[in-house]
Amino acid sequence: MIVDSYRFLPRSFRPLYEGRGPFPGEEAPVWAPFEKRLAASRIALLTSAGIYVKSSQASFDVEREQREPEWGDPSWRSIPSNVEAADLEVAHLHISHDDIRSDPEVALPLRTLDELVSERLIGSATAEHLSVMGYQDRSLEGWRTDTAPQLIAWLRERQVDGVVLAPA
Amino acid sequence: MPVLARWIEAAGIPTVVVTMMPAVAQERKAPRIVGVEFPFGLAFGMPGDAVMHRQVLELSLRVLAGAGSFGTRIDLDIEWPVPLRDAYKAWQPKEPSPIVRKLLSTLARERSTPS
Repeated sequence: MIVDSYRFLPRSFRPLYEGRGPFPGEEAPVWAPFEKRLAASRIALLTSAGIYVKSSQASFDVEREQREPEWGDPSWRSIPSNVEAADLEVAHLHISHDDIRSDPEVALPLRTLDELVSERLIGSATAEHLSVMGYQDRSLEGWRTDTAPQLIAWLRERQVDGVVLAPA
Repeated sequence: MPVLARWIEAAGIPTVVVTMMPAVAQERKAPRIVGVEFPFGLAFGMPGDAVMHRQVLELSLRVLAGAGSFGTRIDLDIEWPVPLRDAYKAWQPKEPSPIVRKLLSTLARERSTPS
């Protein structure tokens, strides 16, 4: 079964995505072999649904995006894996927030990953996971020079063996 | 997101992108891709459906660890359990995003300008 990538997209938006090819300078293959066994590996999650911790973190900046439609907040948050689901909030102007608020696992499956650790399918999960606000296509430069190096340093510090990224 | 995956991968850390637009992730040259035919915002499935979340995450980990080469794409065969018309409406924000508002007004201007 081959997924229809445009099934839920308004028809008029399809040309914005289809047939656009790679970004300039991003054409070549990149490959890091996964050399360990899963059961000995540390895994981190990265969501771009704009999730943040209400009680301790600032929201992503959606007000500036309202003023500058082509801008997206390039900052990031780390989300503790033991956070209360009710303490998570969503800042993302491109999707409905209702389903993620009702069950954050749909975008950031913290509990599901912990379950796979307890069953020893994977060795461990990081104690925090990463959250960005995924609207990045039109302002890649800040991401390349600032956000991505910070995220990579964060992953290296925690000796992460693999990352599961899920866009909103 | 595919580009971010590429940068992380280039730094030596393997990645997998779980996405409702796997064709786009392929065009953008993500190293490993799991495709899901789910509405936007719901990469791991239906709210409250822990079995579905697990199916998506487990497949993602298998592809992360087991893909043999760059560009591997595996699609998950789960049909979204909500009628298309309802699901199509449900994922969209209550108000169009700023960029969509801008694009719609550009389209409207182009249509009203005689060529």
